[in-house]
Amino acid sequence: MSEIEQETTPKKPKVPRQKMPEQDPIERAHNFYEVALGYENDLALLEASRCLKCKKPYCMKGCPVEVDIPDFVEMVKQGDFISAAWKVKEKNSLPRIAGRVCPQETQCEATCVLGKKGKGEPCAIGRLERFVADYAAKYGEGAMPELPKPTGLKVASVGSGPAGLTLAGALTRKGISVTVLEALHELGGVLVYGIPEFRLPKAIVRSEVDELRKMGVEFKTNWVVGRIETVDDLLEKYDGVFIGTGAGAPLFLNIPGENLNGVYSANEYLTRSNLMKAYLFPQSDTPVARGRKVVVFGGGNVAMDSARTALRLGAEEVTIVYRRTMEELPARAEEVHHAVEEGVQFKLLTAPVQIKGNEAGWVVGLRCQQMKLGEPDDSGRRRPVPVEGEFFDIECDCAIVAIGNAANPLVPSTTKGLDTNKWGNIVADLETGKTSKDRVWAGGDIVTGAATVILAMGAGRKAALAMLETFGIS
Amino acid sequence: MFDILEIERIAPGVSRAVIKAPDIARAHQPGQFIILRAHEDGERIPLTVADKDTQAGTLTLVWQEVGVSTYYLGTMCAGERLQDMCGPLGTPTHIEKFGTVVGIGGGIGVAPLHPITKGMKAAGNRIVSIVGARTKELLIMIEDMRKISDELLISTDDGSFGIHGFVTQVLQDVIARGEPIALCVAIGPVPMMRAVVKVTREANIPTVVSLNPIMVDGTGMCGACRVEVGGKTKFGCVDGPEFDGFQVDFDLLSKRLAMYKGPELVALNRFRETDRGCKCQFPGGAA
Repeated sequence: MSEIEQETTPKKPKVPRQKMPEQDPIERAHNFYEVALGYENDLALLEASRCLKCKKPYCMKGCPVEVDIPDFVEMVKQGDFISAAWKVKEKNSLPRIAGRVCPQETQCEATCVLGKKGKGEPCAIGRLERFVADYAAKYGEGAMPELPKPTGLKVASVGSGPAGLTLAGALTRKGISVTVLEALHELGGVLVYGIPEFRLPKAIVRSEVDELRKMGVEFKTNWVVGRIETVDDLLEKYDGVFIGTGAGAPLFLNIPGENLNGVYSANEYLTRSNLMKAYLFPQSDTPVARGRKVVVFGGGNVAMDSARTALRLGAEEVTIVYRRTMEELPARAEEVHHAVEEGVQFKLLTAPVQIKGNEAGWVVGLRCQQMKLGEPDDSGRRRPVPVEGEFFDIECDCAIVAIGNAANPLVPSTTKGLDTNKWGNIVADLETGKTSKDRVWAGGDIVTGAATVILAMGAGRKAALAMLETFGIS
Repeated sequence: MFDILEIERIAPGVSRAVIKAPDIARAHQPGQFIILRAHEDGERIPLTVADKDTQAGTLTLVWQEVGVSTYYLGTMCAGERLQDMCGPLGTPTHIEKFGTVVGIGGGIGVAPLHPITKGMKAAGNRIVSIVGARTKELLIMIEDMRKISDELLISTDDGSFGIHGFVTQVLQDVIARGEPIALCVAIGPVPMMRAVVKVTREANIPTVVSLNPIMVDGTGMCGACRVEVGGKTKFGCVDGPEFDGFQVDFDLLSKRLAMYKGPELVALNRFRETDRGCKCQFPGGAA
């Protein structure tokens, strides 16, 4: 039942990288079930057998939370899946999530010796992580790490996204009592409002949160820090405060027609579909526009998520409109691949200059400008420049703006003495999360600008370690 | 938390409820709103706060039944509990001693007007309140408004109670008296706010309006509540809900408020078939 990913296998190792079974593209483009189905035991054993168990494990250097990769893979090899899961959880409190949404190809797997110098393909570390974590959730019921005696110290995390949850896990394991404050009614931040069900089922986020709750983490939902109380109020009750509020303020293109009906920020479109379950409407009460011809502006993972969501909501045609070419798409290769497989189209070297509407104020199409690639910009990618006078129209009845997020000012603007940079991001030491304000740490997108789940987890972990050091706990 | 302590119908299609929410009551300031979900599959809907009692730890909400969520709320009973309530949200009203402040509330708009004028009164302003509705039955919170007003003027479009006419006509009369008016606060249906602004602009009276765009998260994360003010896009939930009435694009607001008309009717008709929904009266509602 295992499919082989590559026809031509390298001499060493003999076993090829094991492909993860997936739902058929045609079928899955019309449902919200998870796309990737995960390894079964036999595939996991086979894949783990490929690990060379390097003396110097470069893979670990590629992991933002420094999971003991060779050790856990060795445990998989020996069939001890539960222990393998706990090995991962020592460093990563959310392995079922990381195993699904981490860009492993640019992290642990990028530095895997098996994949170096074009010799072959790296060990599928991410798929193994997902496998062991799912296995432990299914069969490892009741197993809990032993917690030390409570230290009496209390920490509040503002935000329950990947940074806050990781911090909560790391501190709880050291006897610190953590309260996680969440503005929305569900826990998980971007994991529940942003990442679609078909990439990360919400039941998995819930199970990871439940595990933290069992460990003693306290959660408060519907709690908007900056409105119901300030960070200064929190500092009176807690020994330390971590701000992990994410990058939740959507950017728009600032072109005419952007406030027409049927034009969404990706945040709104995805929040309606994911958090509010608009895909089940009218079983759930929240609607979302069911566009026939949907366009998505942007080329990142959020753009891919939006496009694939639009397909599943019944769109006949979904087009990603991007200013550069396929080469420059910032999305993960796997996400682009999945989108293409499912039938998402790409309109490249195209920049919308105007969104057109009808009398009732609904979007009916775009005016676009043809672009070409110019000199590289600061990011190293070739800058798109307009081709003079070349314009064309695209018909659509729904448009989704997925060009990124700015920092949400709610917490910084209500916290005295907390420095921000010119983009509104909180200034914090990237190694420790320390901010300009005493006893306040920050990490994740609110510091770095929009990045990845695992980098936010890494920031949560680093801030937790820095707090422990400040509190004098080893 | 979020227990419904009292609930009553105060006008056809309009209800008032007192909800246990001590943390929100403590933090709430005039002009701020809350977002609630009545049940697990419910929408997040923004509702204005009509009053609060910090000591009792309660908020008073007033809403009009327009869609499935507000109709659902209207079927709830004392002793039931809201699934979620989040707040306070939005930027509080800028309150200081201005002089004479005219507060205008149309229909359900009287509810959010109440805490604002209450705050203005406490800051030492002279309060002239103009409360209007289509007809007598739809006038709400008259006694509440009387308590916090130096002068209360009531009008109905059909003349069934008080002055016969629109609130704008009453406003014009007040302006004509020549008393200097420092500020006007107008809250109500979009056509009413638009009409008020037309009058106050001519009279050069600064006018604050409170907008009620569709929202989802209410914290500035999604941008569902985009409004245009002075040609710039603003988020109703964090930049507002109050804006300079002279600058607001009311046309856009009306169109955006109508965005989900089709689906709203689908949901409402479906709700009517449920055990809860069949108890509802649909005065001017779904067909």
